[in-house]
Amino acid sequence: MAVSSRKRRVHGMLKLYYGLNEEGKTVDQAESLDPCDINGPHFDPEVYLNKLRRECSLGELMDQESCMVKQIRSLDSDMQTLVYENYNKFISATDTIRKMKNDFKKMEDEMDCLTTNMAAITVFSARISGTLQDQHAQITKLSGVHTLLRKLQFLFELPARLNKCLELQAYAQAVTSHRRARCVLQQYSHMPSFRGIQDDCHAIMDKLAQELRQKFRDGGSSAKDLSECVELLLQLDEPAEELCDKFLTHARSLSATPTAGTDILEFIDRGCNEFVSSLCLVIASYQELFVNRPQESNLAYKNIPQMAVGKLHAFVDSLAARYFSLVERRIQEEKSVGDNSLLVRALDRFHRRLQAVAKLLPGSAVPSQGTEIVVRAARERVKQYLAALQSFYLDSLTDVRQALAAPRLGGSSAGGGLPELLSSLSASILNQIKTVLASVHLFTAKDITFSNKPYFKGEFCSQGVRESLVVNFIKFVCQSSRQFCESAVDRGGSTPPALLLLLSRLCLDYETSTISYILTLTDEQFLVQHHSPVTAVTALCGEAREAAQKLLNHYVKVQGLIISQMLRKSVETRDWVNTIEPRNVRAVMKRVVEDTTSIDVQVGLLYEEGVRKAHSSDSSKRTFSVYSSSRQQSRYTPSYTPSAPMDTNLMSNIHKLFSERIDIFSPVEFNKVSVLTGIIKISLKTFLECVRLRTFGRYGLQQIQVDCHYLQMYLWRFVSDENLVHFLLDEIVGSTAHRCLDPAPMEQSVIEVICERG
Amino acid sequence: MEDDAPVIYGLEFQARALTSQTAESDAIRFLVGTQSLKFDNQIHIIDFDDENNIISKSVLQHEAGEIWHISASPADKAVLTTCYNITSESRVVTSSAVWRMPPEWESGSHESPDDPHNSHNPQSLDLLCHLDNSAHGNASCVLWEPMGDGKRVISLADNHALLWDLTESSTQATISSSATLEGKGQLKFTSGKWSPHHNCTQLATANDTAIRGWDLRTMKQIYCIENAHGQLVRDLDFNPNKQYYLASCGDDCKVKFWDVRNISEPVKTLEEHSHWWVSVAHLRDTHTHTYTHTVTSKINGNLDNDNQKHGCLR
Repeated sequence: MAVSSRKRRVHGMLKLYYGLNEEGKTVDQAESLDPCDINGPHFDPEVYLNKLRRECSLGELMDQESCMVKQIRSLDSDMQTLVYENYNKFISATDTIRKMKNDFKKMEDEMDCLTTNMAAITVFSARISGTLQDQHAQITKLSGVHTLLRKLQFLFELPARLNKCLELQAYAQAVTSHRRARCVLQQYSHMPSFRGIQDDCHAIMDKLAQELRQKFRDGGSSAKDLSECVELLLQLDEPAEELCDKFLTHARSLSATPTAGTDILEFIDRGCNEFVSSLCLVIASYQELFVNRPQESNLAYKNIPQMAVGKLHAFVDSLAARYFSLVERRIQEEKSVGDNSLLVRALDRFHRRLQAVAKLLPGSAVPSQGTEIVVRAARERVKQYLAALQSFYLDSLTDVRQALAAPRLGGSSAGGGLPELLSSLSASILNQIKTVLASVHLFTAKDITFSNKPYFKGEFCSQGVRESLVVNFIKFVCQSSRQFCESAVDRGGSTPPALLLLLSRLCLDYETSTISYILTLTDEQFLVQHHSPVTAVTALCGEAREAAQKLLNHYVKVQGLIISQMLRKSVETRDWVNTIEPRNVRAVMKRVVEDTTSIDVQVGLLYEEGVRKAHSSDSSKRTFSVYSSSRQQSRYTPSYTPSAPMDTNLMSNIHKLFSERIDIFSPVEFNKVSVLTGIIKISLKTFLECVRLRTFGRYGLQQIQVDCHYLQMYLWRFVSDENLVHFLLDEIVGSTAHRCLDPAPMEQSVIEVICERG
Repeated sequence: MEDDAPVIYGLEFQARALTSQTAESDAIRFLVGTQSLKFDNQIHIIDFDDENNIISKSVLQHEAGEIWHISASPADKAVLTTCYNITSESRVVTSSAVWRMPPEWESGSHESPDDPHNSHNPQSLDLLCHLDNSAHGNASCVLWEPMGDGKRVISLADNHALLWDLTESSTQATISSSATLEGKGQLKFTSGKWSPHHNCTQLATANDTAIRGWDLRTMKQIYCIENAHGQLVRDLDFNPNKQYYLASCGDDCKVKFWDVRNISEPVKTLEEHSHWWVSVAHLRDTHTHTYTHTVTSKINGNLDNDNQKHGCLR
């Protein structure tokens, strides 16, 4: 037991030494409190024995005892092994230490030896330096002298070298050499020998500069030579401004002025190739020389670029102005409207080439001026097209006139081909408009460079093409039509009535369809965006309709007046008092009916029939008999009664109050019946007025009766309201009776017989 | 005056001739000549009272024939001229004569216009002299020298313009000079006006579609507006305030104003009317208004008179 406790103590000390105890304890802490734990620190052999004795049987105790003995033995052997191992290690450690002690001693000796050697080396080195010092100084001095001498040699040789360079025209080398020497010479110029050299050099360099300038001035040399010259001269402190000027003057003479070409494209081409490209070349080389120089430190060069750029701008502007004026003059000569593509292509090329200038010389006014020119040309072009359209229109009208005159000469009925003429006229005008639009459209084609300028996108389409070309043309058509109404009859009166009729129909067609078609076409082709207010289709249509109305009114008036004239002459030139008893209808009445019929045919060719008021299918006879009977009752009878002149007046006045007022020169509608009604109204009214200015005998009255009956028979079918004809003819006969010295009317049956015979 | 209702005066016969009496300075007076083939024609003297807006009339007999033109002497308010038709032996001839109104007409018969059939015989005009133009054709109008002393008249007969000198009492007329229109066809003056400007040395006449100006000192044509109207020119008148301005009207339903110094184009053209213009005149007191009248679609000439007078009064 004692052994085990001692062993345990040793164990604990080792444990302590290796720092293991703490861990072991913490693990075993819980159990080790148990005094019966044989491995625990609080083991109490007494308690343990007591416990064993109390608890175990003998057998068990025996087993326990043998087991314990076994354990004690194994523990003993373990301990012996450990002790032995530790001992061995300790012995080897002692050996190592002893060996180290010996080695250190040897090293110390060697170190001492090294120290002494080093000291010896130092001494030697100091001695060598001391000896070499003198020689080194001398060598340095000698090499300095050598350099100087070489420089001096260079200087002395400089004049000769420069001369040689001059001879060989190696100007660049000469300038470089001189530049190298210049400062030195400047510095030592107080010494006579150097002064001499400097003077020589100056003289040579002056000569050189002279030569360079000469070369520069002479021109003919390539741009590269030229730039070299300039470069050298600049290095020679030649004033840059003067050089710029000279360069530009030189360039000015170089830039060829474009000559007048045969056609515009060729002209522009030549202008571009000769002028614009040489201008570009000049600009480029100039910029290389003066503007884009690598910044040199020299202060004198600092403000060269600004100056140079300013000069260049002025130069380019002045040249371009000359060029532009030439181009513009040429464009103005371009008057023929046949082929627009040539002009557009020329303008495009012109514009495109100027873009190159814009790229080379940003901020220059030249390209924008070029665009201006293009815009002006386009405007001018539109004007020319308008003029061309107008003259085309007038020419077509002349053609129509001739065509109208021709069949008359041939003897066929007047205005035979009116519908054909109308359709060919309107088709040719429309075609011409389309052609012009197509031509003008070239200005806005995608591949044209200037087509994306704002002017060509907006104003050109809306104001230029739509307003000043198309709208103005339509207005012109209306206006020229109106002019036919205003002056023709009074002054010369040469407008054939058929033309009036045809134009009226043309204007009416314009109003109904053509105008909106043309404008839609224009808008579609040009994608017109209406920035500014434009003339509305309705306004134009209104104008066209007004023109059509005016023309038709005028037509009615002209035709009416022609017939009126006939009637008036026939009434005025006859002696109505001393006329013979009527046997025939007067020829003039037949003529009136014939003319009216031919007018009816003519109008029918172009205008629709129109509506008749209460159009009856009755023969003229029946209506006529009504008319004549009413006339006899209400008009004649009272007026014969000599005792009652007042009644006549009263009757007719009262009658008038209830009858509709007839507007003789009232506007007509766009149909045949209305037109014919207008013409007949005018004619009959004139007849009436003429009758009222004459005095009639008995047979005069009877002749008028016959004439009126004849007119009645044939005219009623032309008018919208046959009562109108009745009424007017009634009035004519009534007035004749009133102006008759011996009013004895003819028998109605006799009248009818005469009329039917005639 | 514009607020007042128009004054209407009715005649029993048709009438075409009307003039205002410029020699009468106290009253607004018009003379109207009637046209009737079957009855004795009359001259109506119509006074207009512009304060009360009423009219009064007198009637004188004009037995010679139907009156186509009438004009009053600018000097003597009792003297007037007429152009009239005489129908004899189945011939119709237009003559012209100078007449004097009987002195007592004013004191005598002031009748109300409502009673046109006066029971007692109206007085007749006294014939002073015939403007004997049988050699020259039918007279179309007689013009007094404007603002003159009533001694000179011009008559237009067919294609002749005759300048007459009247004696003091107007009882005798002699032709002092004449002009003749020459050309193809039957040319005939339709109307004329004696210009009040240039010392009354100018005359303007209308024939067919042309307007001509004449210098009375030489009786030569000084200007001619060919085709002044598309159809017959019916009447013309000088602007009383603008010496070169002339108005004309005609069968083409237009009224045109001309500057005779530049006759290529009219100064202005009116196209308001729907049928013939037969007369045009400038108002004497304002130079801006022109009145015109026309035969409208009326059988009765009386209404023409109304139109005319209405125009005057406005």
